[in-house]
Amino acid sequence: MSVLGRLERLDRRWIFLAMFLVVSGPILYMGLTGKLFPEKVTATTQSVFDAVEAVPPGERVLFAFDFDPASAGELQPMATQLLRHCAARKLRVVCIALWPLGNNLAEDTITEVIHADFPQMRDGVDYVNLGFQAGQEQLMTLLTTNFRKGFPVDQRGRDTADLEILEGVRSVTDFPLLIDVGAGFPGSKEWVQYVVTGSGGKLRMVAGTTGVSTPQLIPYYPHQLAGILAGMKGAAEYESLVNAKIGGTPPPRYLEAQRRMGPQLFGHLLLVALIVLGNVIHFTRKARAAA
Amino acid sequence: MIARQAVPLAIAIGAGLLMAVSYFLRPLGWMSESASEIFNVVSAIAFVLGAGSLLKANLSTISRRDRGWGYAAVTLGAFLVTLVVGMGKMGVNPSPSSPQAAWSGDQQTAETPFGWIYEFVLSPLSATMFALLAFFVASAAFRAFRAKNAGAAVLLVTAFVVLLGRTYAGVVLTDWMPGWASGLRLENLSNYLMGVFGSAGNRAILIGIALGVAATSLRILLGLDRSWLSREGGG
Repeated sequence: MSVLGRLERLDRRWIFLAMFLVVSGPILYMGLTGKLFPEKVTATTQSVFDAVEAVPPGERVLFAFDFDPASAGELQPMATQLLRHCAARKLRVVCIALWPLGNNLAEDTITEVIHADFPQMRDGVDYVNLGFQAGQEQLMTLLTTNFRKGFPVDQRGRDTADLEILEGVRSVTDFPLLIDVGAGFPGSKEWVQYVVTGSGGKLRMVAGTTGVSTPQLIPYYPHQLAGILAGMKGAAEYESLVNAKIGGTPPPRYLEAQRRMGPQLFGHLLLVALIVLGNVIHFTRKARAAA
Repeated sequence: MIARQAVPLAIAIGAGLLMAVSYFLRPLGWMSESASEIFNVVSAIAFVLGAGSLLKANLSTISRRDRGWGYAAVTLGAFLVTLVVGMGKMGVNPSPSSPQAAWSGDQQTAETPFGWIYEFVLSPLSATMFALLAFFVASAAFRAFRAKNAGAAVLLVTAFVVLLGRTYAGVVLTDWMPGWASGLRLENLSNYLMGVFGSAGNRAILIGIALGVAATSLRILLGLDRSWLSREGGG
């Protein structure tokens, strides 16, 4: 059988093996050497950083964890850095989840960032996790008129009326900034449509989202959305910005996004190579058939 | 028959009009708040209905010994174990603030069986399923992504620009370009494609969807579209 014929009938397990090698190689190499690719920060990422920087210290921000472990590989690094940035800026963070498993991810992020590096922050005063609440867009609508009815108790079962961090909060628009890390429905798009648009510019919002969801959010930038972290690249850019601002040598857990850009680079290169190869086979076969 | 159609229709029309009108008339805000609260309670009840539906579907697959009934058994087993462990708050200790209250501690930590299931079963399985996409996308790209016509060729070139522009490859390949041609650097070209062409296309789709949703909603609110009531109720 000719080379062309063999390539045409290539068992897909060889492609799986190639993908495994190009992804695992950089993971091992970057893990062992600690080398990272430098990041060029795009405007959408810089806008997220600037929006967090613009909130005065002591102010509250609302942080929605609208994703689950399936997309945590892409979204968790940006959630970690967003929470770290807020904590470093001495902002008070109110975490919520509109996805059932978002609550667990919020808890994990709080443990990873606040409990580990900002132990002076007090639960219920400087940060709180209000947990998951059902209702999707209808819950969002309720939060615009009566925030506490939407979240009557927090994750620990405390009445939200007794929480110092929520003193004076009547509506979601009492937060100057909404951060949403979302993987789909309900997520950033619904926050824009049901909450931000109706706030008359009172509430600013930034979103972190998966690469495949980003095109759906770009139409809202920069008016309804002040900034977007677009997929793993957006997370890596933002991570480099936050690490540069905080300074020092960051621990490995604060380099996750930049480390994942290595496998992403080689994975993309393999995809391009496979597409080119597939087309070469297709056009060669076509030319031979015509000859 | 009238009650089966008239009651849900009245609820839908009443709640829909209330939500629409209260957006413009703030004094009616408390009514829309109540409607939202009712909806949230109904949403929570939907989880119970979902669980019932999952039980019914999988039990019938197992009892009929349909193809893949073993998977249904695994689904059912996992569901029941998680349900019993979670609802029974198994292994949850009293919280430090209320040591006298049993099971008042945090259930989400990996020290509890429920937290353990999340941390060491659900989380890695979900991530694995998502990661498998990379392998199948690679295989599909090799076999199906062909420049068979002009449209497909444009799509192919766009895919190359975005794939390379979203990684460090874009910088390596085109960083030599002079400042006046910086717009052609892959990372800038990728942003341009997503910000201009992608945004324009998405806005057009969004506006189309919004008009469609408005028209459909209006038909439901006016009682002209009753297809959601039953198969026979289409109007």
